[in-house]
Amino acid sequence: MEEKQVKNYIISTIVENKPGVLHRASNMFRKRGFNIDSISVGPTEHKDLARMTITINGDETTVEQLVKQLSKLIDVIKISVLNPQSSVIRELALIKLHVPDAKARSDIINYANIFRGRIVDVSPASITVEITGTPDKIDAFLSLASTFGIKEIARTGITALVRG
Amino acid sequence: MIKMSGAHALIEALYKEKVEVIFGLPGGAIMPVYDVILDSKIRHILARHEQSAAHMADGYARASGRVGVCMATSGPGATNLVTGIANAYMDSVPIVAITGQVPRSMIGKDAFQETDIIGITTPITKYNFQPRHASEIPKIVKMAFQIASVGRPGPVVIDLPKDVQTEVADMDFPDKVEIRGYKPNISPHPLQVEKAAELLTKAERPFILAGGGVIISNASQYLQALSELLLAPVATTFMGKGCFPENHPLSLGVIGMHGTLEANKSILEADVLLAVGTRFSDRSTGKIDEFCPDAKIIHIDIDPSEIGKNKAVDVPIVGDVSKTLFELYNSLSKRLEKRENSLWLKRIQQIKEEFKDKVRVEKDKDLVPQKVLRELREILPIDAIVTTEVGQNQMWASLYFKVYKPRTFISSGGLGTMGFGFPAAIGVKVARPDVPVVDIAGDGSFTMTANSLATSVTENIPVIVVILNNSMLGMVAQWQRLFYNRRYSAVELGKFPNFVKLAEAFGAQGIRVGSLDEFKRAVKQALESDVTTVIDVPIPPEENVFPMIPAGKGLREIIY
Repeated sequence: MEEKQVKNYIISTIVENKPGVLHRASNMFRKRGFNIDSISVGPTEHKDLARMTITINGDETTVEQLVKQLSKLIDVIKISVLNPQSSVIRELALIKLHVPDAKARSDIINYANIFRGRIVDVSPASITVEITGTPDKIDAFLSLASTFGIKEIARTGITALVRG
Repeated sequence: MIKMSGAHALIEALYKEKVEVIFGLPGGAIMPVYDVILDSKIRHILARHEQSAAHMADGYARASGRVGVCMATSGPGATNLVTGIANAYMDSVPIVAITGQVPRSMIGKDAFQETDIIGITTPITKYNFQPRHASEIPKIVKMAFQIASVGRPGPVVIDLPKDVQTEVADMDFPDKVEIRGYKPNISPHPLQVEKAAELLTKAERPFILAGGGVIISNASQYLQALSELLLAPVATTFMGKGCFPENHPLSLGVIGMHGTLEANKSILEADVLLAVGTRFSDRSTGKIDEFCPDAKIIHIDIDPSEIGKNKAVDVPIVGDVSKTLFELYNSLSKRLEKRENSLWLKRIQQIKEEFKDKVRVEKDKDLVPQKVLRELREILPIDAIVTTEVGQNQMWASLYFKVYKPRTFISSGGLGTMGFGFPAAIGVKVARPDVPVVDIAGDGSFTMTANSLATSVTENIPVIVVILNNSMLGMVAQWQRLFYNRRYSAVELGKFPNFVKLAEAFGAQGIRVGSLDEFKRAVKQALESDVTTVIDVPIPPEENVFPMIPAGKGLREIIY
């Protein structure tokens, strides 16, 4: 048997913007045993359509089957597997960090600036940073920030568009 | 635009879809619709349990090729339909199931007889609808019928809140609807057809595996023409039984767990396998890695998600089976000279002879299932329609009741639903009152939906039930004999019910037979009768269905 190559895939779909669509999709993932990494849904420029972006780590056969099963859903209108080289891929993360002292505070602000993040909330003992970018960039910031102690994280999951 | 209630709009829309009959059972949340049914031209057939109503619609759909309709109230009515809906989903049968629902304001409040039937049926339907306004009903019905019947067929649920049924609105009945997310690819890609033709032209040992898709697509004539052109032997899956005449010289019968020896042996020697309208189910292929590992495989199916789902193939073709086989035939007839594939056919003949009568049939006993079913075939006209229950009766029927025409063998393949055969037979008879309809049953399965006797008698839908009665849950008992050291656990049914009395209690005819001659006479009597007849045939309690491929094993490991 050939070794199946596992990698990250981003699947972008246009779906009907109406109640129950996310349920139909997630139900199908569960029923067929697909373990997806993230899913994000939001409106598009047409008010009756929504964009659903799914990321999954899997081999080619699994992803091909996932795409076919998704296309089979009546509410899924368009579907494409994005090539990371020719797509804009973004995720947003909110990261609440412990701030033990003034030095930590200024370090965090510096790091946030380097990562083009924004400070969105400050309290005496914590600071919340907003980072937007590829998941890799967010992971990099998180590993740096973990030295201060992370209180809470909220990540949106990936959303993406083809370039051009 | 015309003003009417949601219930009126529903019945009007069904009528416009040329629905002749609804199988159902009323209850509180669907009463506005039942009130309208009273004045409509659509016949309503009263089931005694909603599961049976769904199976009736299923049998009706399979026999006629049209959409079957069933109806139930909310809550338990709707949940009772679930088995029947799942059954139709697994076997790709177009049915529309209509359920009542509590009024809009009560949804989500755990109201009396409320159940989330949309949530429950999402994984077992092609689609489901819950109109929130009466004015949506005409369009939704149109969409439901389109989704159920176009492409790969399947069930659709329409869940109607009670106050939507009573709401009066301006109704617009569209002749056509556009469903932007549902456009099945009917025409095969010409390049793929060419690739398949090329592969088949070079094949030395071509083999056709034909599934239920051939029947659904009404493609039997093209299949037969193609197999004769290629001189390729044909095995069917269980769901495909009937799509190729089983008395044809190129027919090998049914493949799979309880398939014929010759089909299971021959397919492994093929160098090119043309799989048509089949999903490579585990019951057909056995252990998938050992299924034709060296053959080049061409796979035709209308559902793209079936391609590569269970088995990787060399030439996938997405398209309607009928259209694809027609185009493949055209392409091949240009390429192929008159074939003399004698070597391969000689080999097939050799396999046929080698395994002829290899499966043991009790010689001394008269009433054994094999003989009973062969006899039944002799007596019944060629276009009689047979349904089966599930279990040993079903597999004996598959092996010993030969079928010559599509849509004349109707059985629960994918879900394996005990209790399917009898209500399905009633649905079949409604669709085809011109032919005899026989349910080949086991005592265990028949008992599950035997209350449909009431429907068949009171609604005047005479069918014949042949019970192969071993007083056992026979298939489970067989597995316990073979794989659990003969430890019988919960399979002995005892001598009850008395099926003759049971039939008579419902106003049907009951006959218990003691010999093959008596059986013949009973069937003839049943064929002449205008009331449903139950023929109780006692068979040896420990008879096995052979051949058999144990679950999870490859076709090679067939036992007989």
